[in-house]
Amino acid sequence: MPEKPKVAFYWCASCGGCEEAVVDLAEDILKVVEAVDIVLWPVALDFKKKDVEAMPDNSIAVAFINGAVRMSEQEEWVHMLRRKSQLVVAFGSCAHLGGIPGLANFTNKAEIFANSYFDVPSVDNPGRVVPLEKSGGNGETLTLPEFFDTVRALDQVIPVDYYLPGCAPPKDLIMNAVTAILTGQLPPKGTVLSPSKAACDVCPRKDSKPDKIEIAEIKRITTSIPDPEKCFLAQGYVCMGPATRSGCGERCIHGNMPCRGCFGPPDGVYDQGAKFLSAFASLLTAKTDEEIDALIDQIPDPAGTFYRFSLPTSIMQRKRTRVES
Amino acid sequence: MSQRITIDPITRLEGHGKIEIFLDDRGEVTRAYLQVPELRGFERFCVGRAAEEMPRITQRICGVCPTAHHMASTRALDDLYHVDPPPAAHRIRDLFYSLFMFEDHTLHFYFLGGPDFIVGPTAPAAERNVLGVIAKVGLEIGGKVIATRKEARGIMTEMAGKAIHPVFGIAGGVSKPMTKDLAARLQESAPGFVDFAAFSLQAFADIVLKNQAYVDTILADHYLHQTHYMGLVDEKRKVTFYRGRVRVVDPFGDEVAIFEPRDYLKYIAEHVEPWSYIKFPFLKAKGWKGFVDGPDSGLYRVAPLARLNVADGMATPRAQEHYEQMYATLGGKPAHNTLAFHWARLIEALQAAEVVEAISRDPELLDPNVRRLPTQAPDEGVGIVEAPRGTLIHHYKTDPNGILTGVNLMVATLHNSAPIQMSIERAAKGVIHGGKVDDGLLNMVEMAFRAYDPCFGCATHSLPGEMPLVARIHDNDGSVVRTITRGGEVPELGTGS
Repeated sequence: MPEKPKVAFYWCASCGGCEEAVVDLAEDILKVVEAVDIVLWPVALDFKKKDVEAMPDNSIAVAFINGAVRMSEQEEWVHMLRRKSQLVVAFGSCAHLGGIPGLANFTNKAEIFANSYFDVPSVDNPGRVVPLEKSGGNGETLTLPEFFDTVRALDQVIPVDYYLPGCAPPKDLIMNAVTAILTGQLPPKGTVLSPSKAACDVCPRKDSKPDKIEIAEIKRITTSIPDPEKCFLAQGYVCMGPATRSGCGERCIHGNMPCRGCFGPPDGVYDQGAKFLSAFASLLTAKTDEEIDALIDQIPDPAGTFYRFSLPTSIMQRKRTRVES
Repeated sequence: MSQRITIDPITRLEGHGKIEIFLDDRGEVTRAYLQVPELRGFERFCVGRAAEEMPRITQRICGVCPTAHHMASTRALDDLYHVDPPPAAHRIRDLFYSLFMFEDHTLHFYFLGGPDFIVGPTAPAAERNVLGVIAKVGLEIGGKVIATRKEARGIMTEMAGKAIHPVFGIAGGVSKPMTKDLAARLQESAPGFVDFAAFSLQAFADIVLKNQAYVDTILADHYLHQTHYMGLVDEKRKVTFYRGRVRVVDPFGDEVAIFEPRDYLKYIAEHVEPWSYIKFPFLKAKGWKGFVDGPDSGLYRVAPLARLNVADGMATPRAQEHYEQMYATLGGKPAHNTLAFHWARLIEALQAAEVVEAISRDPELLDPNVRRLPTQAPDEGVGIVEAPRGTLIHHYKTDPNGILTGVNLMVATLHNSAPIQMSIERAAKGVIHGGKVDDGLLNMVEMAFRAYDPCFGCATHSLPGEMPLVARIHDNDGSVVRTITRGGEVPELGTGS
């Protein structure tokens, strides 16, 4: 019997939702398990770092890695997995784009530590203790991995062959990707394994989208009730559809909530937030600079919304830290 | 010569958990540490975001229990905007949340913790998973396990867009009313959920309670801590998950506090240690006394057994029968046996299924009025729900435009962080003597924390399989003296998720 292809799953800074997505394959997971030999899946199986270290380079057919790179330990792991694997797939929004943990690039380590260990109202820390990479003494030294200032997507740390988008990736795309890999019918390297059309082009509400959308007022979901049949943008809600790749099954739209862009930009668009900004700005009816400013001011947290999932892989990558001269 | 034992990596918490045990020159344990080497900084990077986005952002803390974060966040928004949702919205949320508790708790039993004992403690690791469970209990039941989870999550997807990271929570309501078709599907499926939960309790009784070795393990001193307990109760002081007041009982079961979510800061605080990224909560009235149990310590526990310990009973009749049976078996209330968390978890699954069934027949569920618009500016709000792994607190402050200026999150596993630490050390001190370390030690240490169903940073999650522990014994210079890999298995009833 020919040897089954070896597959590794690994997670970095993530929520575990990508692992749940695999469990949600339900009976299909059995087909996958039959076809491959899983050599690493920390969440599920008993294989250790040293087992992977002992494997020859390039001996793993494919490594599916989810999560952003936030801690030094994660960086070490993904470098090792790259050496051992013929293919690396960035699995889910965090590995693909930086994801929600990437919003931390609006801040930095010092601010996060000060907030978590000194400032939040429940903390009782008169000695101003913070976790240290090295603590203890008298032979009782304890170590913690380094917390980086900046969150990175996977391809900012190691070369990535394919991207499986979504938070979390939907079942059909996972199964398509696995099938393509197992049958060797792979698209060019660097491909995002989901249709490149914009989400608006396949949106169930697209027929309600007027030829020319005109937004005179920005609406917010807390203070207004959206029409459940009508295009969110046409109603004045920020909806990331125009700058977002399709393939998600429009799940949030079916939940009667606007898109937040977890699939990242379509092919050919480098910066999802900038793309959305230009698309959105063209819909505003404001004429004078004052009117434009007033309308823009109505958008709550534009940076954190337009770059909800993609800040680390955007042109700016992070909020710049001012250097004192 | 003093020694160090490092248990690293703990695979199911890979990159997220590490145990260090220090021995003195006689080979006795001086200290043991369970370190959480992970932090993502949600509390800081949510500042500046729009409040209405918080249910969709904070659920990315945990993709295993996103519904818990989504709901705690939505409850915090109700409070922030001073708006009480219409009755139908409360019904829909409670129904959705109960479905989630049911599927998460039963997932734990069959997919995560159950394989450890359904398949058998000494079975090969490759069989100790849901596939092994199917082989043991039969294809028919195995198919039912997969089909039940699929149906519950299918309904959740219809209700809230997605089961992983739902989107329907809004201040003052939900984004979608219940449809007649979906309600009909629910009415059809719900009795099956109740049967399935009852069947699971029967399986627990047959497999665990009829096995004296398991019962002895549950009752063992090593897994007993006399602590305070905390959890939500409804207006009749019964177990509840979606909304209620927080009740705290002491190790004797007497109420020492009962409070509204908004008042949580009067009762609990968090201690910081330099050797872990996780913080350690305690009761303010008692103060931080270190990692010790007993009535004078401020340490408390949360999650299924804690919820049953703080409540006067279950909110539904069939779950109540099992509640009474459990305390009769464990010798009264409160029960301090850490491993009884697993039993309590299944009793809660039954309550959740009974609640789903009751709400599915409630005519109010179909009322299309599921939104109430706020009339006041937002300022500050607290939302508390019971996550599968314990009390979950979201606390937001905003400017008048609803932009976050402060965020405090106390997640379920956090509340148990100090008791888990204490359990690690107790197990280590109990079993390591004269510097001798073997499989037994590793099993004991493993059981000491797995029973809590830990979800560190709410970022880690476990599936079936052997919990691989590797203990390396170091000498003073840090060089490895000995490496031990665990071989045997333990009659463990559950693992983290």
